[in-house]
Amino acid sequence: MDFATLLQILDSTLRLATPLLLACLAGLFSERAGIFDIGLEGKMLMAAMASATVAALTGSVWIGLCAGIAASLLLAGLHGIASITFRGNQLISGVALNFLSSGITVLVAQRMFGQGGRTPPLAGPARFEPITLPLADAVKDVPVLGPLYADVLSGHSILVYVALALVPASWWLLYRTRFGLRLRAAGENPAALDTAGVSVVGMRFAAVAITGVLCGLAGAYMATALQAGFGREMTAGRGYIALAALIFAKWRPWYALWATLLFGFFQALALRPDVVERVLTIKVPVPALDALPYILTVIVLAGFIGKAVPPRAGGEPYVKER
Amino acid sequence: MGVLPRWADVVLVPLVSLLLAAIFSALVILSIGEDPAETLKVMVDGALGSAYGWGYTLYYATSFIFTGLAVTVAFHAGLFNIGGEGQAQLGGLGVALVCLSYPWPHWTIALLAASFGAAAFGAVWAAIPAYLQAKRGSHIVITTIMFNYIAAAFIVYILVDVLRPAGQMDPATARFPVGAKLPALNEIPGLNLIFVKAVPANVTIFVALAACVAVWALLWRTRLGYQIRAFGKSEPAAKYAGINPTKIVMIAMIISGALAGLMAINNVMGEAERLVQNSASGAGFIGIAVALMGRNHPVGVFLAALLFGFLYQGGAELGLWTSIPIELRIVVQGLVILFTGALDQMVRMMLSFFFSFGRQRAA
Repeated sequence: MDFATLLQILDSTLRLATPLLLACLAGLFSERAGIFDIGLEGKMLMAAMASATVAALTGSVWIGLCAGIAASLLLAGLHGIASITFRGNQLISGVALNFLSSGITVLVAQRMFGQGGRTPPLAGPARFEPITLPLADAVKDVPVLGPLYADVLSGHSILVYVALALVPASWWLLYRTRFGLRLRAAGENPAALDTAGVSVVGMRFAAVAITGVLCGLAGAYMATALQAGFGREMTAGRGYIALAALIFAKWRPWYALWATLLFGFFQALALRPDVVERVLTIKVPVPALDALPYILTVIVLAGFIGKAVPPRAGGEPYVKER
Repeated sequence: MGVLPRWADVVLVPLVSLLLAAIFSALVILSIGEDPAETLKVMVDGALGSAYGWGYTLYYATSFIFTGLAVTVAFHAGLFNIGGEGQAQLGGLGVALVCLSYPWPHWTIALLAASFGAAAFGAVWAAIPAYLQAKRGSHIVITTIMFNYIAAAFIVYILVDVLRPAGQMDPATARFPVGAKLPALNEIPGLNLIFVKAVPANVTIFVALAACVAVWALLWRTRLGYQIRAFGKSEPAAKYAGINPTKIVMIAMIISGALAGLMAINNVMGEAERLVQNSASGAGFIGIAVALMGRNHPVGVFLAALLFGFLYQGGAELGLWTSIPIELRIVVQGLVILFTGALDQMVRMMLSFFFSFGRQRAA
């Protein structure tokens, strides 16, 4: 594999890792506060549809982004009501919301545009355009590092850099602020938090809302930056892969970055059968490559995570003592 | 909070949940600019208005009984098997391999052999996530979801590169031999007086009913069933009582996967008579809604499967006669899971409020 091909693959890695990273951080906040959320997939899908629809109608990707976040927040709110207020089963609630979005997205897109559940292709200001980082052209000729900066790191849409910036931001919020301490306490020992006079329900709703916003970003990125428009089931299991990455990352922001980059790399490889074939020198059937990210997810979950300790009160509704 | 009477818990809670799901579905239909009453009429006419419609409704219901039972058995062991879709597709591969391997002299023998193939393939596909859960602690929900995607890719590979007959364009197996053809309801003496036109519902429905009875007997009349339920209620207590967790996880998931796989004798052997891509077409997922709606009891699963059979056939009619996309089915499915599964407690709270109110008045 030559250097140019490697650069291309790394470039797609970053592009494909971004929605995973955003969704993974989304799941991180929710699960750290004790709310399991397998509805990341549905929230992303809903946000993708809402953002593409609104962007297509208004011609502004920013209004589309806001719509995507709002749609995702709505589902997050539902998940909160079901699993926090009414102490329902969090897994079932997530599954329900995934089905709901899978159907509603197609229904709405079909009703709005009548194109078989797709939105019309987005172009110009209705889409996030790649931006060139400062000095990208100037350092291009520096050996190794220059092309890495100019071809891999530069030239993505703004949301990619937002996602990368959110990694230290999440770390800071979770580990260096009072809010973060309380959020983690809601997932580890809600009774202690309650004793300290902080509302567990409030903290959990706050966490679920952050999850909603981040999934909104992830979905909007899928439809308005990674691709130009919404198509049915376009998230293709990314919400679940993000969950696997979250476990792999042991519920930590920096690890989440590395884990999602790894999964992004798998997805990038799946797009380049020719490269895989040349490196392995055997013909790999295309379906095997399609299944590769999922197979590797299973392998990663099964073997290499070491001891991953989930938040102790995860998945359990908090019942205040009377 | 007042405790609900048993009859309210068993009958009223699911009915109210269903009603709520129906109301919200109506709102969804209204919001896309269609008429809910007209929609319901098309669905009822198409699914229940004729023996022909019933033939389809029962056909779908048969598949959903299997996948609903699959989810039920896993649920009782405290496991959430979302992999029914992949297990059903693998079951289809088992059916196809059995049916194509030998010119079967009579459908009864072919049915026995194919059932075995379907159950075995489905069970294997469920056994891997079960092993990973029991031995490696991988979250079964995520692994079973991943196995759905892997199954889909695997079936594509098998159909395109291995089982596709030479010269055929579409990725599917060859047609099964005549001896492996299961009689449809319109071909059974007696029933053919009711089902005059050819319908997809076939003898598999009797296998599905037998499976309901078998699952009931397993869960509530055998030692193993007791162990499964005890494990599902409380893992530490079950361990303390000497129940082997690994064994229970493995057995429950293997039975679950076998049931999901068995679905394939209905759709692959009974209807399509060859294996195509995405053969389960969502029935595996509907099993989740069916199990929740049926309160994880075979009788409930049977009734819920009928309801979803109606919904499925009705939804298909909508796709034919109206401009409502067929995806409405998935929305209703999501709403049913939401209200019967996740918001179950809300319905209970509402009802117990009414009951305690009634009791106060009586006192």
